[in-house]
Parts: sequence; structure tokens; C-alpha cells
Amino acid sequence: MTRQIPTLTLLAVAALSLAACATKKVELEAPPATARPETPAAPVQQGGGDTAAPVTSGTLPGSQQDLREKAGSDTVLFGYDSYELDADARAVLTRHAAWLKANPGVRVTLEGHCDERGTREYNLALGDRRANSAKNFLASQGVDVGRLSTISYGKEKPVAEGGDDAAHAQNRRAVTVVMGR
Amino acid sequence: MRLILLASLLVAPPSLAQGTAPLRVDINAGLTQPMPIAVPAFAPGNGASTEAGTTTQLGQRAAEVIANDLKSSGLFRPLDPAAYTTQVGIDDVVKPDFPAWRTVAAQALVTGTVTANADGGITLACYAYDVFAGTEIARQGFVTTVAGWRRAAHKCADLVYSRLTGESGYFDSRIVYVSETGSRTRRIKRLAIMDQDGAGHRFLTSGQNLVLTPRFAPGQQTITYMSFDNDRPRVWLYTLGSGRQESVGSFAAMTFAPRFSPDGQNLVFSMAVGGNTDIYRFNLATRAITRLTTGPGIDTSPSYSPDGSRIVFESDRGGSQQIYVMNADGSGQSRISFGEGRSASPVWSPRGDYIAFTRIGGGRFGIGVMRPDGGGERLLTNGYQDESPAWSPNGRVILFARGDRSGRSGLWSVDISGLNERRLATPLDASDPAWSPLLP
Repeated sequence: MTRQIPTLTLLAVAALSLAACATKKVELEAPPATARPETPAAPVQQGGGDTAAPVTSGTLPGSQQDLREKAGSDTVLFGYDSYELDADARAVLTRHAAWLKANPGVRVTLEGHCDERGTREYNLALGDRRANSAKNFLASQGVDVGRLSTISYGKEKPVAEGGDDAAHAQNRRAVTVVMGR
Repeated sequence: MRLILLASLLVAPPSLAQGTAPLRVDINAGLTQPMPIAVPAFAPGNGASTEAGTTTQLGQRAAEVIANDLKSSGLFRPLDPAAYTTQVGIDDVVKPDFPAWRTVAAQALVTGTVTANADGGITLACYAYDVFAGTEIARQGFVTTVAGWRRAAHKCADLVYSRLTGESGYFDSRIVYVSETGSRTRRIKRLAIMDQDGAGHRFLTSGQNLVLTPRFAPGQQTITYMSFDNDRPRVWLYTLGSGRQESVGSFAAMTFAPRFSPDGQNLVFSMAVGGNTDIYRFNLATRAITRLTTGPGIDTSPSYSPDGSRIVFESDRGGSQQIYVMNADGSGQSRISFGEGRSASPVWSPRGDYIAFTRIGGGRFGIGVMRPDGGGERLLTNGYQDESPAWSPNGRVILFARGDRSGRSGLWSVDISGLNERRLATPLDASDPAWSPLLP
């Protein structure tokens, strides 16, 4: 039962974003990966009996949620002070490229992020490198670069709260963020 | 705010004693015993009242500001006023009772008067004495508005500091920094400014946009910084007084790490184009942009030498962050840092003698200094995350940000001998400090 709530919330957020076109901030502040529903929740068995229509979580095609579900994740991770895409990252981005081809009207921004264990200005540059690594890979997979933009947030927008190595590893990332059509 | 120096109006001092070595504080020697100094409440020059209180009250507060300034340097130990119960009157200011001051073991005495002027302003008269020699060290009068009383007190502290150390002072100055609040993932950052001693704190931006790395123009009425306004990370200018904010140039790519040239005519900053970061000079009048570095590395954190002839910066062109120096036109680039670990975010001292930097190594971040040729490297601090060094206007104190593992951060200072590490109070968490030049 409880898993349905975040799913519906995310869905509502995605729908709102698409409707209002004031989308970017909402999408950026989506909960970290661990809080996301792994799969669409199963239909809810209503207590009242068999007449209630089953509620399933739908996903709007071309939305951030759709990208997450189809590609497994919207995020790729990097090693310490690295902007190289490892095999896992390339696999995820290959799925992003396929998704972008399936949703030809969608534009995305590649966000580059760093952990906090670097100096502020260097990390802005490193985040730019990471965003461009992701962008260049998508372009190499045949995605029109006109649909791809980049932004670096350096170490300013971590997704994991902690100060340990596990949190740092989650924060060294590039995120493919749907910007609309 | 105008401060008028008024040495000639002050009463002549008593005749000077001869034959004793001048009282002196050697700031570079790594002082472990701060000089005992008495800073009694300044005497009311007249009984008049001002908008900020009576001259008696202002005299009390001015002495507290001066004592706090001198104490913060780590070079002076102001005596507890409870140690000397005598009220200082005007006669005592110009003719101190040296034997009495010797009995409380004061080596130096700072005293003076506060007088309300007919135009509504005040005059703060500042006198400093060598107690054991019985001689005058300095005296100067400062005429200002009532609201300027704190600045007059800072000027007095600067006078005492400079006469006793041989260095210029730094107390009449301001600090701009980034105020932070909220958890790591929901951090809100605002530009904030305050006097060097924390007084007069105010926020400059609302927190709606992420802002980073503010730095003063030499004329100190303008601040350059970086803002993510409208999700376009760019270099901006903030004009104090008017509060006007404007983005610099119109660039297709991220610009960041800005600093002014010493003449205020140019900015240097980094621009990241397609994953490659280089350093550029931007002329504020002509808007001409000149690329100073090329090549695939990250070149950032540029900082001019005080004479404007050279620029220190960091680059990872050799494999990891290290410090380089180049001529102001981009020629003659050479690496100067060869210590262990990485060296980052260099800042040239306003005196020109040192470059402060951030050292990363062994899982720790510390602040260090080296000479412009890379020699004489010394690490001054060591923390979980000490970074973003900034120089005091006299080049003898370094302000920096210290972060901890829980995500909190604050402003700290340390002197170039590595002593007197102390925290500066800020209303919220703090990072990215910059120190103004001495105010005129």
C-alpha cells in the first residue's frame, strides 16, 4: 500500500511539469535513487471488493519518469576526479540514446556533478567535463546534439546527504534531465 | 562615509623620554606571548549627546571595538578593564599616569576621547603610549558622522597596530562571503557582507539563485561573483549601495572563478567550453575578451599579482591540480608548486610576497603559503575541508572556509606564521570569504 504513494506523487509531479512547462526545478529535486520506486507498483487491491477499478501507475511517455523506467536510471556515476564513462555508464547512456530516439521531440540537459572532496572552482570545471562526457557519448550514439545541452553544478547539488565514501560515490554523477519538447 | 584625519588639532604630548628601545611587536616571529595592552573607555570630550548615544557611551563602545580588534590579531592581550578602576578623563588622555599603568603590567596604552561636534558628527581622538618608556607612540583624530563611530575606532586600532608591528593595519575593512543554510541536498546560498569584526552584517542576495565566490573590486564598491541565475552559470557584478546586479558579457558557456585586476579595469575568469576550461581576461570598458590559456586541461582560479604584471592560477595539465604562474598576457606559463598532493585555488597576497593556496592530500584539506617562485612552502592549517583562502588587506592574515564531515562550514582565520587560528562568528554557515582592501 505505502509504495503507491511515492509513485503517484512522482507521477503527479511529472504530469504537473509537463502541463506547466515550469519544469526544471521540480525535476532536479526529485528524491535520490534509493527512494524511487523500483518498478511500477502492482494494482492495489481495494478493501471494498471486486467492483473498484484497479489503480495502476501510468507513466507519461517522454517524461523523466519514463526515462528512468525505460533506461533503468537517469544517472551515471564516475570515479574520484574522473570523467571517464565506465562500462556501466556506457550501458545506461546507450539506453538513454535509444530512449531519445524513441522520443524524438524531447530535449535533455546533461547535468554534471561532483562530490564535496574537491575545491569549489575545480569541481565546476570537473562537472562540466562529466556533463560533456555524457553528452558526447549520446551524440556518438546518433542523438542530434541540438537536443543536448549541458550544465555543471560542481559540488553544489549533491543527491546524497552523507559525508562518507558511499555518499561521495553517489554524488559523482551525470544526470540526464528531460527539459520538455 | 568620510573620515577626516585630524592630527594637528590634538593637544601636544608630554615630552618624550629618551634612551629606551622602541616598543615593537614582530608579527613574523610567531608570537606566543601577546603584548599586554590597556584600552580604557575613551573619555567624553564634551557632555553632548549624539544619535548613537552620549559621548560617554560611545567612548566605552569605541574602546571595546579597539580592544577586540587588537585581541583578534593574536598579537595583543587587552587587559580586563576590571584591573584598572580609575576613570580616564581628558587630562589622563594627554598626560597618562604611567606609574599607575605599570602597576597593572600594561606595556602599551590606547586611550582617547569622543567629542560630539556641532554638525551632529563626532571626533574620535586616538592616543597610544609606550607605558614603560613613558612615551607617545601615535596620535590621530578622526572626524566622522555618528554612524561612522565604529569605523573611527577601527582606524584607531589600525593606527596602533601599524605603529607597533611596522605593518599596515587591516581592521577598517569588510568581508563578503557566501552564507549557507539547509542540509547538503537543499543548501541555500546567499551573498552576505559584514565588517571585519562581524558588525553590520547584512545579506546581499535573496537565496533564490545559487551564488558562489564573491570577490571585491579594488575600489570595493563592486563585487564580482558567480550566479546560477536562470540556470545559466555566469560571472556577475554586484554594486554595493545600489544593489544592482548584472551579468558580465554574453557568453554561450559557463563562466566562473572571477577576480578583478588590481587596476579594476579587467576581470579574469574561467570559461568552460565543451568540457575544456581555460582562463580569459575581460575588459570591463571595451568588453574585449582575451584567451590567456589554451590546451585541454582545467585552468582555473586565476589571481593577479598586486602590480598586475602576472597571474597565478591552477591547472591539471600535468595530471593533477598544481599551481602555475604566467605573465598577464598569458605568456611564460610555468609550474611553481611541487609539494605532495594537489595544490589548488591560489591567491596572490596584496603585498606580493606570498601566494596562499589549498593543499589536498592524505584525505585532508589545508591552507598553505608559498613564495611566488614556489619556494618556502609552509602549511598553516589542516582540516577535513579547509579551502578558499583570502588575504587580509595587509597580507598578514588569511581567511578561509572550514567544512566538516557533517556538511557544516564556517569562516576561520590564521596568520601567516600559522598561529592564532580562530573562528569568525557568522549568523549561519559560511564559505567563500573575500576581504576588502582597507577602506579609504
